[in-house]
Amino acid sequence: MSAFLQVQRLAKRYPAPGGGLTTVFENVSFEIGKGEFVCLVGHSGCGKTTILNVLAGLDAASEGVVIMDGREVVGPSLERGVVFQSHALLPWLSALGNVAFAVRSRWPQWSRAEVRAHSRRYLEMVGLAASEHKTPAQLSGGMKQRVGIARAFAIEPKMLLLDEPFGALDALTRGVIQEELLQICARTHQTVFMITHDVDEAILLSDKILLMSNGPAAIVAEVVENTISRPRDRHTIHHDPQYYRIRNHLVDFLIHRSQQYASAGAARPTRPPVVRPGLDAGPIAKSANVVNLRH
Amino acid sequence: MARSLKSALLSLLLLAVFVGAWHLATLPKETARSAADEEYAKLMGQGAKKVSGLPTPARMGETIVRQLSDPFYYRGPNDMGIGVQLAHSLARVGTGYLLACLFAIPLGFLVGMSPLLHGALNPFIQVLKPISPLAWMPLALYTIKDSSVSGVFVIFICSVWPMLINTAYGVSAVRREWLNVAKTLEVRPLRKAFAVILPAAAPTIVTGMRISIGIAWLVIVAAEMLVGGTGIGYFVWNEWNNLNLTNVVFAILVIGVVGMLLDFAIGALQRRVTYVE
Repeated sequence: MSAFLQVQRLAKRYPAPGGGLTTVFENVSFEIGKGEFVCLVGHSGCGKTTILNVLAGLDAASEGVVIMDGREVVGPSLERGVVFQSHALLPWLSALGNVAFAVRSRWPQWSRAEVRAHSRRYLEMVGLAASEHKTPAQLSGGMKQRVGIARAFAIEPKMLLLDEPFGALDALTRGVIQEELLQICARTHQTVFMITHDVDEAILLSDKILLMSNGPAAIVAEVVENTISRPRDRHTIHHDPQYYRIRNHLVDFLIHRSQQYASAGAARPTRPPVVRPGLDAGPIAKSANVVNLRH
Repeated sequence: MARSLKSALLSLLLLAVFVGAWHLATLPKETARSAADEEYAKLMGQGAKKVSGLPTPARMGETIVRQLSDPFYYRGPNDMGIGVQLAHSLARVGTGYLLACLFAIPLGFLVGMSPLLHGALNPFIQVLKPISPLAWMPLALYTIKDSSVSGVFVIFICSVWPMLINTAYGVSAVRREWLNVAKTLEVRPLRKAFAVILPAAAPTIVTGMRISIGIAWLVIVAAEMLVGGTGIGYFVWNEWNNLNLTNVVFAILVIGVVGMLLDFAIGALQRRVTYVE
């Protein structure tokens, strides 16, 4: 059986000034299984958000296809819930109104009371039952993002797409919401694709981490499998012996290796290699495994 | 003391100073006259004192009380209460303004949604917008052949542009992320228009409506002076022809107060649709 979501040789190119084409990213292929949590990590400008928008159906790729549940993604759909970077709440509606707006779109035949009850349940899930009548302007940044998450979950999509949802939050709030997201996903077995540039967040939340090289002409250079077993706890995860091996691997990639793929003659895999730095024997393996991979 | 109370007191003080200065300026003046003048004045049945043509505050107050105590009398086309005149003006402004809303807001919506339509209509709008609404009057009178309806047309044509331009701008400037939310939720076009674009653009649209009502109220006075018959503008001109400056000043005051109330009404609507981001 093929994977739940298949992304095949996705590319985005723009006409460059003075003729020719500028390639933002190319040859992006990966798969996400049902119930998997996948993070996409990379520097700014490598086209992460564009990839997410293509998965959401808000943007069209220049090449390649996205297949979800056996059907090609050609436009936006209620089967994919999106949590936007800037929360994107409608400011003239209350918190409940924002969730209800989505719920009514999903189930237009429902009565007012049904929509209300369903929306309330999801606001409660993110701990905002007491603030349901507040407008977004009256909510803090963390609360706004929670409403955005509740709105995306409330339509019970087959897949959730999160575009750096915690990027604008302070570290404390971020930790709390990460925990909530972790619990909600564990309960609902939600399939999630998330963009982040926070390495610790990626290790805490995801099953698989896609590493993107720098743009232009970015590629998915590597798939890092997160071998730390679930359930994971934000407070204890850094004591796991695998934690720093994975973390160092990710940071090494972001600092050193992410720019090497652009140079001429560099290996540019069309199928990114899958690595498991957490399972590497010995003390912290530095980047030895990387060297091994190259040869 | 609260600042609003202080402001109110200062307002009253300024009013008192103004009325006082007005009173002094319109006091009957003693003027030196020759004996011949004295004789002439007596012959004409006038006293020694010369009365200014401008009303004194006392006479003004008396007129205000008299006019407001019976605003709706009708004694022939040349003598109607101020309420009747106002009703005529408000009916014209209301009709023209409402028609302008019905025309400009939906059209503005389309123009705002379609860059093609915007490009196509923009030259016309730019040329038509700066035309003084009164310049349309002869054309309106010739084609419509009814002076009252022509007045309504002039109100329509001057109210249309701010609403059209603001609606188009408000609609085209709706945040992309809100539209993306609607897209990912597969919201149907009609629901998107009424549940996302309309509330998002409402503050800008209502600002256009507020500008329009102000302009409409400015224009109706001039239009009614031209077409005559009824209305507050006609009243002003008629009283000028009667050389009754007291009534002219009274009408000016009424125009100001009604204009303010109209602005308040749309302002209240504006506060209702405004949202904080």
